Amino acid sequence: MAFNLRLIPLLPFIGAALLLLFGRRWKRETVVLVAAAAIAGACLVAFDAFFSKLPEAAEMGGLRDVVWTWFSAGDLKVDLAFRLDALSGLLCLIITFIGFLIHVYASGYMADEPDYARFFGYLNLFCGAMLVLVLGDSLPVMFVGWEGVGLCSYLLIGFWYTDNANADAGKKAFITNRIGDFGFLLGMFLLFQYTGTLNMSDASAGAVQGSALTQPLWGMTAAFWVCLFLFIGAVGKSAQIPLYVWLPDAMAGPTPVSALIHAATMVTAGVYMVARLHALFVLAPAALAIVAIVGALTALFAAIIGFAQNDFKKVLAYSTVSQLGFMFAGVGTGNFEAGVFHLYTHAFFKAGLFLCAGSVMHAMSGSGDITIMGGLRKKIPWTHGVFFVCWLAICGLPIFSGFFSKDAIIAGAFSTEIFGADLAWVGKLVGAMLMLAALGTAFYMSRLYFLVFSGKTTRASHDIQHHIHESPGVMVGPLVILAIGAGLGGLIGAPTGLFGHPEWNFLGHTLEPVLGAELDVPHTTEIIFMLASTVLAAVGIVLAYAFYGGGYRQPAIKFAQAFPGFVQLVRDKFRVDELYDFLFIRPIKRLSKALFFVVDRIIIDKILVEGLGAAVDLVGRLSRMFQTGDGQRYMAVFAIGVAVTVIFATRPTTPGELKVRVSGLSVDVDARRGGRPSARPLEYTFDFNGDGKTDTKGINPEGHFAYEKPGKYEIKVSVVDPRWGTESHLTRTVEVR
Amino acid sequence: MPTHYYLTLSFVLFLIGSSGVLLRRNAIIVLMGIELQLNAGNLALLAYSRALGDQKGHVFAFIIIALAAAEAAVGLAILVGLFRSRQTVNLDEASLMKR
Repeated sequence: MAFNLRLIPLLPFIGAALLLLFGRRWKRETVVLVAAAAIAGACLVAFDAFFSKLPEAAEMGGLRDVVWTWFSAGDLKVDLAFRLDALSGLLCLIITFIGFLIHVYASGYMADEPDYARFFGYLNLFCGAMLVLVLGDSLPVMFVGWEGVGLCSYLLIGFWYTDNANADAGKKAFITNRIGDFGFLLGMFLLFQYTGTLNMSDASAGAVQGSALTQPLWGMTAAFWVCLFLFIGAVGKSAQIPLYVWLPDAMAGPTPVSALIHAATMVTAGVYMVARLHALFVLAPAALAIVAIVGALTALFAAIIGFAQNDFKKVLAYSTVSQLGFMFAGVGTGNFEAGVFHLYTHAFFKAGLFLCAGSVMHAMSGSGDITIMGGLRKKIPWTHGVFFVCWLAICGLPIFSGFFSKDAIIAGAFSTEIFGADLAWVGKLVGAMLMLAALGTAFYMSRLYFLVFSGKTTRASHDIQHHIHESPGVMVGPLVILAIGAGLGGLIGAPTGLFGHPEWNFLGHTLEPVLGAELDVPHTTEIIFMLASTVLAAVGIVLAYAFYGGGYRQPAIKFAQAFPGFVQLVRDKFRVDELYDFLFIRPIKRLSKALFFVVDRIIIDKILVEGLGAAVDLVGRLSRMFQTGDGQRYMAVFAIGVAVTVIFATRPTTPGELKVRVSGLSVDVDARRGGRPSARPLEYTFDFNGDGKTDTKGINPEGHFAYEKPGKYEIKVSVVDPRWGTESHLTRTVEVR
Repeated sequence: MPTHYYLTLSFVLFLIGSSGVLLRRNAIIVLMGIELQLNAGNLALLAYSRALGDQKGHVFAFIIIALAAAEAAVGLAILVGLFRSRQTVNLDEASLMKR
């Protein structure tokens, strides 16, 4: 069904173009108005498409908008086309709605920023690129958005580029993503090689099923490798082990950016991609198992790192990495709907948490060090309230949104049957790891909450304490809306296994045409896991309260004293950055240096550049010797040239000799020089038998003669030019038999 | 008289002129050599013209005579200029465009 889907990404792009080209000269109010209007317009179009147009078109693969044929080469035809179905539509709603809230929030947060227009221009550009990523109807179009959001991420992480650390963080994000993007590209190439299509609709409509993808390749099926390479792309973009290292550093960007790009939208692109291509991934259970295990490992690992971080945004960053791991574990266990569900709830509560972080840092004069906070509950009550809701949501207490989505993932992991008999352990292992990770999540988030908000006093300096204030309305408003979403948003995906009412699961049956039916989880299993994870969350919170309730308590201090090495190791993020530095960065630097000295300095500089110059110089010196300026020498050369030309032009083309053909007793003689007719009238005198008497005479160069008896004869021809009075003689001896 | 007598004379004249042009260093002698070359050419043209009974050779010879006069005028003018600027007509000392 046709619909003007192009408007959705186009509006933010127009906003970005206006802001980046002219925004510098505009007033702040105009800048905010344009930026917010662009994203609000996109949001309205997306809502209209999703709620009023999509229901009729859902069964037919959703709304589709072909803008033009982008390129066509051989069998490959790629349209610049957009598709909005339940999955991409949901993502559109999240991006535009949360994007709009964050634009509003940023207008307050960035109020003191001189480079206001650039910030909002990039933010709009990001939204446009993200919408292209989500709506793209083929992998190449998706890849354009994929790279676009990577670029905006880079630009916004390094927004305050005058500080080298920020610029470095941007570069780190960009380069780490590049590794993943390489995998994405390889996956695309392989997919095209085996199926001949890069179209999403073909992939999700099941056209790839039973195709060449089940052929063996490098010991596995082709589908396995396609999925693995695509997943490498997802690992880079969604910050999973081993490529997660860029995301914590990305917190160098302004906080609204962290909330929008590095929590709610861009980093979930990998999850979206796996869900989008689920038809492909179910062909390769082994690849799905890798997705699930990587996701679960990341969820656990990042949660542990979160235990000991002391920067507000760093804790949230590792929390994001961990939650993304949950999503991958969800989609990796074939529970695509749950993965997307968690993506959706996470977008709300994590955006809320980050914006609270911004609000807290705003209050704390820009500092994000949680060791100096405390007791902020009374001082910034609105922020506290929002944080409280989002905290309970991420911990997974009942009713709050994270509760439903996280449990859908965990229960799904235990009851999935997608792996078959020989990989059945994967689901159990992943489920167990996720439960541990959920406990960890509750602990580190509660630690964060207690250290920042509980207690009576703030541990900060007097100056900072004096300035603590609640944020303005434009910042608190979006916070409250996000808190409502984080609190109640999970109800749209109430699992059927719990309530026994499939129609209550609005999200489930909306996504069903795209992702297939909701994973079937038995009622008792659902209840058990709900109870288990509620208990886990409660344990985590209680444990954190025992350690950090009201500030640093005795157990926390004792624990740190008992295991100083371990605590330090966790605080240093398990020194993964240092490991990568040792394993990859330093060898690459050494290699680069070697290449610089050998290739750049010697081959290019010395041989190619200077050598070429020296060669030209030498040729110049040599040819200068001919340019003496001595006219007489020039004339001598000229005369020699003329002489050579004349000799060359007038030389006989063949030696002047007689052509004789003998047949029996008779001979045919041709006396033409070179066999060519002469331009001049010449007289030929033939003497065939060498007796001195003329046998034939005339202007005919050919002569014929018949001998009387065999023998050796000498043929003489004299050629006379009557005009010049010259005469030449040709002689040849023949033998006739 | 056969044509090649004239041509031989023309060739010898041309050789003498060429040697003057190529070997002598005095610019005036060089100009005289050029004159000799041109007239050797004229002689060859006239010889051919007579041998072939064609009048075009005569026409060309006249043109060349006119051209030679013009060339002598310009050449001598250049020589005067050269002498003024360098106080010599030795060609070896006039190998540079600037001084």
